[in-house]
Amino acid sequence: MRCEWMSAIRFEKRSTTPRGVLFLVPLLSVIIGLCFAGLFIGATGKNPLNIYSLMFEGAFGSAYGISETVVKSIPLMLTGLAVALAFRMQLWNIGAEGQLYMGAFGATWLALKFPEWPAYLLLPGMLIMSFITGGIWGLLPAIPRAYFKVNETITTLLLNYVGILWVDYLVYGPWRDPKGFNFPITAPFSESAILPVLGDSRIHVGLILAILAAVVLYIVLNYTKWGFEIRVSGESAIAANYAGMNYIKNILLIMFISGGLAGVAGMTEVSAITQRLQHGISPGYGYSAIIIAWLARLNPWAVVVVSFLFGALLVGGYSIQTSGFPAATVAMLQGAILFFVVGGEIFVKYRLTWSGRGGHK
Amino acid sequence: MEQSLLTAILATGIIAGTPILFAALGEIISEQAGVLNLGVEGMMLVGAVTGYMITMDTNNQWLGLLAAVIAGGLMALIHAFLTITLRANQVVSGLALTIFGTGLSGYLGQTLIGRPLEATFKSVPIPGLSQIPWIGPSLFEHDLLVYLGYIAVAACWFVLYRTRTGLKIRAVGENPSAADAAGVNVFAIRYGCVVLGGMLAGVGGAYLSLAYAPSWLENMTAGRGWIAVALVIFATWNPTKAFLGSWLFGVVDVLGFHLQNMGITVSSFFLKMLPYVITIVVLIIVSRETKKRHVASPAAMGIPYNREER
Repeated sequence: MRCEWMSAIRFEKRSTTPRGVLFLVPLLSVIIGLCFAGLFIGATGKNPLNIYSLMFEGAFGSAYGISETVVKSIPLMLTGLAVALAFRMQLWNIGAEGQLYMGAFGATWLALKFPEWPAYLLLPGMLIMSFITGGIWGLLPAIPRAYFKVNETITTLLLNYVGILWVDYLVYGPWRDPKGFNFPITAPFSESAILPVLGDSRIHVGLILAILAAVVLYIVLNYTKWGFEIRVSGESAIAANYAGMNYIKNILLIMFISGGLAGVAGMTEVSAITQRLQHGISPGYGYSAIIIAWLARLNPWAVVVVSFLFGALLVGGYSIQTSGFPAATVAMLQGAILFFVVGGEIFVKYRLTWSGRGGHK
Repeated sequence: MEQSLLTAILATGIIAGTPILFAALGEIISEQAGVLNLGVEGMMLVGAVTGYMITMDTNNQWLGLLAAVIAGGLMALIHAFLTITLRANQVVSGLALTIFGTGLSGYLGQTLIGRPLEATFKSVPIPGLSQIPWIGPSLFEHDLLVYLGYIAVAACWFVLYRTRTGLKIRAVGENPSAADAAGVNVFAIRYGCVVLGGMLAGVGGAYLSLAYAPSWLENMTAGRGWIAVALVIFATWNPTKAFLGSWLFGVVDVLGFHLQNMGITVSSFFLKMLPYVITIVVLIIVSRETKKRHVASPAAMGIPYNREER
């Protein structure tokens, strides 16, 4: 039943992976992923190369484009770090989108409740609130996961819908701005609830927050005993328990922090970008975060770099929308890239060898 | 009055549950063979959009359905290649499939939004059976795809538990090395089951766009693929229980509509949350129960099979 060519290829396990492979495989994955998605674009009678060059120009062709790319990369970094942290412990948190919305909800609550507070009080307060509300949204599925082994992939994902509907309920209902011409938006934030920008651009302080989060995560995961625990727990729950580590406590803590980081992304979006809570504050940052985390091989530094590339993809996506391409094009590209990133993993773990004969049986 | 309302809820519940049922049956087959596929949502969406597109072009809903089956199968084939041949992580590969499918369907469906369909699946009451009080109007006054769903449940159950093929599938899902040693082609069985699973998800998607709605809307599955994945766990990988579960979720799905008709005013946002919240709650309850009763998922689910490392 097995094809000849299949049995002629053999995978040999690598003992160590050369650095070049670690870098080359994700890079090639992105390129081949774009080619693969290009097939579908081509099938609808459009020229994929035109679209890609339009996207590139939109993202990098002007100072505005580059600054927008950085702006979009901020929530991607925060949610990407959130997802990477959970994935490190093999906790499949795919609820960053909902956690982002809940973080935005928490931050908005404070901003609308105490608009008169000075910025040095209100902004940190909003930050903490968003971390807590996002964190709770991550903790909710973590509790049944820790105690009854309830599959967290499904519960975190389903909570995305609930979180988004909750924000929609607020902006269409009790929190709707009476002066907002019936748009689903809250009243605008006071001056002191708005994150300052860097220089003359739209790039805001959230960038520093995100990079800071990456630094902290990098140090904690690589240079502390707890970071070591997380990695071991991810590889084997049994080993972690045997070594006396508190597996359940770590699940709850990691999911809280993961949700909290995603929640902060919600805070930076409402505080710096929309400057109020409104319907559809995220174009799916929490889902892109999954791809970013995986492409970055769960490394906090790499998350920062990859987020920048994905920010460019989003900005490029907006610029092709004006030429009549749907927003979904970007999701298609992202999914295609992830296929090759996931499939390329085997070349990191194994060395491909050819045996001229029919292979072994 | 009382009876007509209840049968209306039960009947609309069957219809709303049918897309979830097809998707869940597909996922049961895939998981029984040891391959977790979280791409159900994406496969359903691609099935929905291709079904709609082809029906619009050919004016024949059966050709649309066929296209959806093929599209779902092709999507699943990507997952099969990544996870079975390249031994990729099944969770992430499935997520990629969902993200890709969401994007692809949105891309392909852009020009279809708001265009009405002439050929759709329409209600065909079964003579005799539909006359039975209560049961008749609930179960036997639907379109042909609903009846196809009943047949699929029975066929899945029969194949999995009463045939040699079913035995092989379950063996591959429980202990692939032993199955391989006994002469079962693990790779062929896994490929076949994953692709069949995708085809059924495609039918589920097509049901939404060709019978339930019938129209195309971006992201029209609205999480039904994920509810189907959860349903497989409640149903403890059993097709008959999956039928009852999909009916239950169908009822929850339409409950909001009926409550509003009865004049009960709850914010529509909370009613829309209901299916997701109930899925989570039931998942927690069932997971606790199965932990007590030691009903486990197929033992080899999620683990790539490597012949050379057995």
